[in-house]
Amino acid sequence: MVEWTDQERTLIANIFANLDYEDIGSKALARCLIVYPWTQRYFGGFGNLYNADAIMNNPMISAHGVKILHGLDRAVKNMDDIKNAYATLSELHSEKLHVDPDNFRLLSDCLSIVIASKMGYDFTPDLQAAWQKFLTVVVFALGRQYH
Amino acid sequence: MSLNAKDKGLITGIWSKISSKAPELGAEALGRMLTVYPQTKTYFSHWADTSPGSAPVKKHGAVIMAAIGDAVTKMDDLVGGLSSLSELHAFKLRVDPANFKILAHNIHVTIAMYFPADFTAEVHLALDKFLQNLALALAERYR
Repeated sequence: MVEWTDQERTLIANIFANLDYEDIGSKALARCLIVYPWTQRYFGGFGNLYNADAIMNNPMISAHGVKILHGLDRAVKNMDDIKNAYATLSELHSEKLHVDPDNFRLLSDCLSIVIASKMGYDFTPDLQAAWQKFLTVVVFALGRQYH
Repeated sequence: MSLNAKDKGLITGIWSKISSKAPELGAEALGRMLTVYPQTKTYFSHWADTSPGSAPVKKHGAVIMAAIGDAVTKMDDLVGGLSSLSELHAFKLRVDPANFKILAHNIHVTIAMYFPADFTAEVHLALDKFLQNLALALAERYR
């Protein structure tokens, strides 16, 4: 089981309390598809991904980015048992979606960068540490059921 | 993943934008790396203070960022241009190359914080490719 300090719990709760899912979710997924173009392999049915502008303005991608970001909510609600909270989602990503788990790490990095852009100096090193620890735990849980 | 003309343009563009703040950005990125990835502190056991904003972090962050700025001018031949730095890292410092990626991520985070409007996805892409190529050139003499 992952151990969280009180400070970490507070920092993470604060990020979610102020999170603009529509803005951050859409930007994070779009950035991932642009910066790591091989991730587009999972989005064949999502319309025009021809260039960065097309991706940034693609409504299907935006909507999906928001959906993915909301996927983190269950971790916030189950901080002390993230591994089990993501068991079914992990199976889904492995058995049905066939997503290489390394992609979760790539998306996490883009998410951190988008949040850093928005928060500026408020994205302190301690906040970054807590946030990235949180994402690492979620990413691990999502990869847990692959076999 | 080699740099095309568009990448090179974006890299020189963003670097000229950030160069006046380079020492500050370097210190910020290095301080963040040491905080968020504590295993990287193992290379700095000779520093009294590895916290963000400390004197050794500020000084060394500036050194690293200046070297990256120099590498921008040598973009067309990173392996040749960085050969002595590569020897330094290979034979003296022996930094595990996995850490170059970690520092690169923290450089991206720092630039995103300070220059959110300029650090577009396309600039991020170009800079990520550049820093990866830089890392490869730095590891050239390792084995």
